Parts: sequence; structure tokens; C-alpha cells
Amino acid sequence: MLKEKDKIFTNLFGDETYSLKGAQKRGDWNNTKSLIKKGRDWIIDEMKKSELRGRGGAGFPTGLKWSFMPKDPALNNYLVVNADESEPGTCKDRDMIRNEPHKLIEGCLLASFAMNAHTCYIYIRGEYFNEAVVLQNAIDEAYEAGLVGKNAAKSGWDFDIYLHRGAGAYICGEETALLESLEGKKGFPRLKPPFPANKGLYGAPTTVNNVETIAVVPTILRRGGDWFSSFGRKKNTGTKVFCISGHVNNPCNIEEEMGIPLRELIEKHAGGVIGGWNNLKAVIPGGSSVPLIPKDICDGILMDFDSLTEVKSGLGTAAVIVMDKSTDLVKAISKLSHFYKHESCGQCTPCREGTGWLWRMMEKIGEGNATSSDIDKLLDVTKQIEGHTICALGDAAAWPIQGLFRHFREEIEDRLTKIRAA
Amino acid sequence: MSNSNVNFSFNKTNEREAVKILAKYPSDRKQSAIMPLLDLAQRQNDNWLSRDVVEYVANYIEIPFIKAWEVVTFYSMYYTKYNGKYLVQVCGTTPCWLRGSEQVAKACKEMISPNQNTLSKDGLFSWMQVECLGACVNAPLVQINDDYYEDLTYDTTKNILQSLMDGVEIKVGSQNGRTSSKAVS
Repeated sequence: MLKEKDKIFTNLFGDETYSLKGAQKRGDWNNTKSLIKKGRDWIIDEMKKSELRGRGGAGFPTGLKWSFMPKDPALNNYLVVNADESEPGTCKDRDMIRNEPHKLIEGCLLASFAMNAHTCYIYIRGEYFNEAVVLQNAIDEAYEAGLVGKNAAKSGWDFDIYLHRGAGAYICGEETALLESLEGKKGFPRLKPPFPANKGLYGAPTTVNNVETIAVVPTILRRGGDWFSSFGRKKNTGTKVFCISGHVNNPCNIEEEMGIPLRELIEKHAGGVIGGWNNLKAVIPGGSSVPLIPKDICDGILMDFDSLTEVKSGLGTAAVIVMDKSTDLVKAISKLSHFYKHESCGQCTPCREGTGWLWRMMEKIGEGNATSSDIDKLLDVTKQIEGHTICALGDAAAWPIQGLFRHFREEIEDRLTKIRAA
Repeated sequence: MSNSNVNFSFNKTNEREAVKILAKYPSDRKQSAIMPLLDLAQRQNDNWLSRDVVEYVANYIEIPFIKAWEVVTFYSMYYTKYNGKYLVQVCGTTPCWLRGSEQVAKACKEMISPNQNTLSKDGLFSWMQVECLGACVNAPLVQINDDYYEDLTYDTTKNILQSLMDGVEIKVGSQNGRTSSKAVS
């Protein structure tokens, strides 16, 4: 279990004030200048040493991502923070924004400096209105205290930071859709290449990072990349905020060590599965887009990127959705299919048409009005969507269904047979 | 600006706010301000956007009306009709559903209207089911205008709606007594 002294987000639950004074007591903004004075290369090296992998779902090494940014000072680089948290099951960034906004803002300054960016936009989902109010207050406080703005934190680096509210579109969490949206357009993902590091916001080099990725930066730089990488396993390091929802006794967010066994995570922090561990049916371990895993895998699985990839699932956003034996799994996944149908931006035909098709087929199976060959066809359609769209929303719609039938096909077919016989 | 025939304009406070919004973006990138400006205009206009309002915003940032309309119809938080003083949005995605969002919707059906997107008899309320609101460890929840009400049951949902109807103040956030997303112990 992660010790209190090793937690990064000591005010995750808002027990204390989020404001600058409180944040400084917790160590935020403590001599930020000295970190900047160590230079860009030092910062990126520490980030590489920490082995931090992006916390938005894809898990790309952060230090490496930052090193792709052009270093030409004549270029107008941007840092864009993705606070469009909308992946079902996920609500960790919300807590960081409303209770630890200064960690995020300080992280923005440090990351922007490391990537030669003088401007940062934070794109927050529109529904997080109260969270945006808090974050804007914190930004105003930081401006007033000279921590951001001209000669930010007396570092010699000019840095502006702006908050931009979205308006209810899951797809804007996809980084290029987010950039389109920030440019004032509908959120259609862009074809890559060019990647944002070459042509991003307004055609300028841009890095898009998740809130948690940026908010852990100041602590990593203060305590050292080696400190961060001492948690977890090789390439799966650090601490991580998990969201535990669904059929547990005490749903919660919790910061823990990367690689904690799933069972320990649920039992120590969320009061266990309702009705006990043996009442567990399946878990979606990383937000709605990753395939579920049945209880027998849950029994021994570690919560990190590589362990979950090995069992054909993923850590994603580390949003753990727990489903006990009372759950109608077909309905649970069908609701996710409805979500993707609703959130498809409509740009690519396989996704626009396919997501609706998947949902209708899932409903049909849920009603018991389907056969084994319908399931074959459904899985075939998921394969036709997967990999055939500009962005990963199509994949994300396909995977939960594939996961469901990978593990529970027999059970579902039995049910269909029984319904037909009746 | 050629908006003389448009029946909407920002009030004084929002005029100042709009200038602040525009200042966030490069001066040759006014279109970036469309989302916050639409939001501002919507708030001034009883939380919905008529064609006139959208036209005003389009003129304000010097883009064609259709570009603005594209944005309005793409994002779910712009409303092209009046939804009442209180718009109740019930999250129905899996994490909320697992914890009883159907009971929350039932309370809305009984208290507001049997159908979504329909004004209540007094014209003050409407409700709709929405996709994930991003507060899943506090499920099930509703968003009423700008505020989240979390950890709901059928009864607490009814209480909240009744309080709004009676004009009684209610606590925003979790309704089961816990702080934010901390586990109840």
C-alpha cells in the first residue's frame, strides 16, 4: 500500500483549501524557479528517468513525447492540457482540478518551459462548470502572485495560461479533435501525420497531455525521476490515481502504487465487491474503451499497462468498473455501445454507421432475439470498424464487445438457446 | 459588424466578458472564441440559442453563420430550444446504471414529465438522459444547470426536485454525506 508520505495528491479529496496559500503549504510552487534554472534538458531527462507514461489512456512515455517538440526558439510552440475527461468510469482529473489546481498550473509552467512553449491552453469538459470556476480562480491567483505571466516565478520565462471550456463532446478528448475544437470548429479528429508535435494548434508545434500527466510533473522534478520510478515495475512506474466505481461497497478515487493487485485495490480502498469477492462477475479495468476481464483473471491481475495488455485488456485511464454477479453483462456493454453511437463524430463511415449497428445488435442480443450467427456477424462488424477510422473511437466501440464475447460467449449463447426453447 | 437586423446583443456585463474571452486567443484566431461566446450568449438568453443569437455571435467573431451553426449542432451543451428554468440531466452510462440510474430517471419521470425533453406542467423543469458526466465514483448522479448532485437514490432525487420546486436551498455534490470522491469509511 502506498505510504501517505509518497502520495503526490495530498489534497485529492479537498479536505483542505485548493487556494494558493494552502497549495504552497503542501509544497506547490516551492522554488519553481530553481527547477527551471536547471534547464530544459535536465527536465526532460528527469521525466525520462521517471518512466512516466501518459495518464490519459494511451500510456505513451511522457519524456519521449516531450523530446519530439522542435527546439527552435523562433517557433511558437503550444502545450495543450486535455481536461476533457469523459471516458466512462473516469473522474480522476476532476478531483485534481477542483482540489489540486496549483499542481496542474505549476506542471503546465514546467512542461511548457521544457517544450519551448510560452502559451498553454487547458481544455476542460463543459459539464465541469464548477471545476472550471475553481481552476480559473487558481490561475488568477497564480497571475497575481507572479507565478505565471511575464517572467513566470522569476524564472525569466514568459508564460501565459488560458482555460477553455468544451461543450459536451466526448470526441474532443481525442487530441486532434480537441485542437479542432479549440480552433472554434466542430470536433473532427485530424488525419495523422502530421502529428501535433509538428503541426498542432494553429499549425504550430503542440503537445497535448492529460491533466494527471502534467499535475505529477512538479513532484517528479522535486523528488527526482528515480523516486517516481521506484514505484511499480519497470516501464510501469509511479503512483496512479484509480477510480473505482460500480458494484463495490465504497466507490472512490484513490492514489496508489502502479501495479497494485486489482483485488487489493478494490478490497483495501473501496470496501470490497458488494457481496464479497466471490460475487464478482467481471471488471472493466481501464475505462469503458478497454475489454472487460472475468473474475478468474481479476483474481491475480496487477493494475499496470503491461499486465493488462497481456490479458488483452488495458490500463487505459485506470478507471475500474466493477460488476457483480447480478449484472446483465450484455446490457452493461450495450449501454457502452450506446455511448459510442452517441459520441461518434460522424466523420468516418465505419464508425458513424458501425457504432449504431453495434448498439442495435447488442440490444437484440439483450432481448434474446438473436442467434449464434448474429454474434458472429456482430464480431465481424467490430473487426471491420477496428483500425478503419481516423481516430480510436471506432476501436473503442469495438473492444468492449469483443471482450464480452471473448469471455462470456458460451454463457450468452446458453441464454439465447434457453429463450428460444421457451 | 452587420448585425443591425439581429434581435440580440450582449448586455454590458457580457460585453466586457466577451472582450476578456477574445483576449485569450491570438488576434487573428477569433473563431477560437466561439465556444465560450456561445456559452455566454446562451446564459444571457434563458439557456438556449435562437437563430438570432447564433447569428450575433457569428457576426461578433466575423465568421459565416453556417460555421457557427455547425458548432451549435455538433456539441450537446448548446440548446436550440428552451428547456425550462431547471434542466435536469440524468447520467445513464454504465457506471451510473450499475448503481441505479434507472431509479433516478424514474423520479424525474414522476416529478417532471413522463417524457424527456418536455417541459413540466409549470414550465420550470425538463429532464433528459445524457451520457457519462464524469463523476462515476459518485454514481448515480444528475446535473441540474451547472451543478452536480451525486450518490443519488430514488428518494434523494425526489427530495432535490421537490426542494427546487419549493425554492428551498439544497447542498450541491454528494447527497450521502461524504466529501467529494473519498470512500465512506
